Amino acid sequence: MTDGRAAGASVATRPSAGTETVLEARAIRKAFGAVLALDGVSFTLRRGEIHGLVGQNGAGKSTLVKVLSGVHQPDAGEIRLAGRAVVVHSPQEARRLGIAMVFQEFSLTPSLSVAENVVLGREPRRLGILVDDRAAREHSRAILESLGAAIKPDAPVGRLPVGAQQLVEIAKALAGSPSILILDEPTASLSQAEIETLFAALRRLRIQGVSMIYISHHLGEVMAICDRLTVLRDGRVQLAARPGDVDLTAVIEAMTGAPIGARSMGSGTEAARPATEVPLLELEGWTLDRRLSGVDLRVRAGEIVGVAGLLGSGRTSLLRSIMGLEPGVAGRLRVRGREIAITSPAAALRAGLAYVPEDRRREGIIPGQSVEANLLLAIWRRLARLGILRPATVSARATELIRRLEVRAAGPWQPIEFLSGGNQQKVVVGRSLAVEPLVLLLDDPTAGIDIGSRRELLGHIRRFADSGRGVVLVSSELDELAEIADRVAILRRGRISRILDRAAGDELSEAAILAAIHADEGLAA
Amino acid sequence: MTAGDRDAPLGFVESARRRVAAGRIENLIVYLGFLVIFAFFAVVLRDRGFLTPDNLANIGRQTAMVSIMAVGMTFALSAGEIDLSIGSIVALSAMVAAILLRDGHFSLAIAAALGVGLLTGFVNGLLTTKVRIPSFLVTLGMMSILVGLARITTNLEPVPITNQAYVFWFGSGDLGPIPILLVWTAVFVFAGHVLLRFTPFGRHLLATGGNRTAARYSGIDTDRIKIAALMISATCAAVAGMLFAGRLHGARYTLGETELMTVIAATVIGGTSLFGGRGSVIGALVGSLLMGVLNNGLLLLGLTVSEQLVARGAIIIVAVALSLREARTS
Repeated sequence: MTDGRAAGASVATRPSAGTETVLEARAIRKAFGAVLALDGVSFTLRRGEIHGLVGQNGAGKSTLVKVLSGVHQPDAGEIRLAGRAVVVHSPQEARRLGIAMVFQEFSLTPSLSVAENVVLGREPRRLGILVDDRAAREHSRAILESLGAAIKPDAPVGRLPVGAQQLVEIAKALAGSPSILILDEPTASLSQAEIETLFAALRRLRIQGVSMIYISHHLGEVMAICDRLTVLRDGRVQLAARPGDVDLTAVIEAMTGAPIGARSMGSGTEAARPATEVPLLELEGWTLDRRLSGVDLRVRAGEIVGVAGLLGSGRTSLLRSIMGLEPGVAGRLRVRGREIAITSPAAALRAGLAYVPEDRRREGIIPGQSVEANLLLAIWRRLARLGILRPATVSARATELIRRLEVRAAGPWQPIEFLSGGNQQKVVVGRSLAVEPLVLLLDDPTAGIDIGSRRELLGHIRRFADSGRGVVLVSSELDELAEIADRVAILRRGRISRILDRAAGDELSEAAILAAIHADEGLAA
Repeated sequence: MTAGDRDAPLGFVESARRRVAAGRIENLIVYLGFLVIFAFFAVVLRDRGFLTPDNLANIGRQTAMVSIMAVGMTFALSAGEIDLSIGSIVALSAMVAAILLRDGHFSLAIAAALGVGLLTGFVNGLLTTKVRIPSFLVTLGMMSILVGLARITTNLEPVPITNQAYVFWFGSGDLGPIPILLVWTAVFVFAGHVLLRFTPFGRHLLATGGNRTAARYSGIDTDRIKIAALMISATCAAVAGMLFAGRLHGARYTLGETELMTVIAATVIGGTSLFGGRGSVIGALVGSLLMGVLNNGLLLLGLTVSEQLVARGAIIIVAVALSLREARTS
């Protein structure tokens, strides 16, 4: 626990970078309903440091930075800026106080130029009303140069590669000359070279005295770039240390609260299985431009194959490419031993593959339509007799599915958006179960849903596999993979780096999967 | 769960109760609006023959073409598209039918007029889905092209139709006591309703308009659905054009010129979403009848054509606003 020794008066008299505290959070508590997101978190940020903030999903990282940036108000605790207690009412207030946030999802307008994006909302004026384009360009150029980025201020942002867009996003945050910069998972969509450029920019900012909070799931990166790191779990600080003083194992154990066993890194080999058994789904040398390279994967009857990997590891691309949603994919795909080419979701469904996408609201539900219309979407043709759907048949099928999936709805006629997120997700999963596929592909199906629904959903997925079908389960909830997967493939930058196989004697636990994800990063760092 | 979830055909009261429970009362508003306006004219115009069988049949005849086009528009809007070319399709199909009838080709006239609709809808659909031009712009351009063609074909001259069989079956005849136009309306409304509500195609169309990505992931060929929707819309307009020609005993390039707004208003008032995913053929029929009663009533009230335009526009805006407001609360 820090003692806040950098009092307000000492700031001016002691400018030694690296020790002076610019921001301090003391015993922050924040609850959402019955869920305690932050339970007495204390945190300090020093001038000119990069401070890593690490933890599993739901550990409280996002809540903490939202409290610091004025999105949420803490229930208890205190925030001090340069030794002075402040109340951050709103994001606007935070910006005025010099706290800027770089969001994970870009807030850039693709059709506008780099300069227009950077000065958006604080355009330099001429005669009070006209935008001074030249001043805007010069200002942007200066900021981009301070980042060491060779980006032309006139280029339309939409034409830039993702790495450059990320730098523009940071430049935009820097336009208000903040003293504190919060970066949320800034490398998720960047290539290795782009990450190097980004790190170089962050190091320049550090020299200029900007303090940064760096949130990332990439532990190797955090160990490499950060001066200090704080590990959160269940809304509490579990570990605060300098990367040089701790190793990756200690960080992972702090994140999961469990020790890592001896056999936890994964053998990389699978248990021997009868050679006669033909997998339901088999990928060989599956490659998709930069996103996937040489992935081999087998899904057998009765099996749940988990896929774990960080954001940007290619886990979503893997499922999308299997469903024929990514043109330009190379490699072999066999269903029950027969090689086929899948070019559309319709073809995938005919082959016996069904898909539950990651983004429930944008790709899953049909808003404004009934539970029935959402559930039966993929099986209308099967329900028709002589081309006609009889209402009795339709509502009987819907009611049966609603009961089987334990969907809490007033009836099949209820609009889907009246249901809770968990029940909406049951409907989306139920839609795919209704087609009775051979293999079900799920992309993070339990993200953002309540614990009860999550339990029920996992139960349905397990029962589906037990009925002799196969499941590929991509998940960022490692404890759920540990719980229901038979094997877990670790995806790392488009490759399967390791496979944890329960049958081969590998430990399948949250800590073990996390360790396997970071195994190679640890060696590199 | 409420009791009786599984009983199949719902009574009107129960279906209405559920719509209210679900925040879905936009369909009820059109029925209510229709009754209110009808009752208003019935009282105010009781001495001017509003309620006479002749006048009511006349309303039915005048509304038939709009109703049929509104059935088509329901499909286009439900699929998340719009068809602005229907007015010009009316003109061209009527013109094509009239010209071919003049030369004595009965079957060919019907086939060619239908062909105008099918082909236009197909091209609209192709440009919308494969070239990815928004249907709003595709059909706007198509509108101009077709009107131009209709004007060129006869050098702006009207073409009279003297073929008695055509005039009987496509506009002016009566089957016993029932005007043939009402029969056509009933056929299209029934077929449209069944197609939208009781076939996989209709469900796929509503899903495509509601969330194209979700529909695609469920194996639905959304491009084909959208092309089909625009073909249905265009073909309904072509039939409306044939009926206009039969009713007026001739074709003119100005036919259908003013119908577009009426059709869209009737469809939206009937509970079809402008943004796709929700549609009602029965609602479109009632919306069209509402428009027809309005036209007839305002005329009988003695308003000039100019005054009618003002009143009609204002009432359309109010009615559409009401139905949109209800749709938004869901």
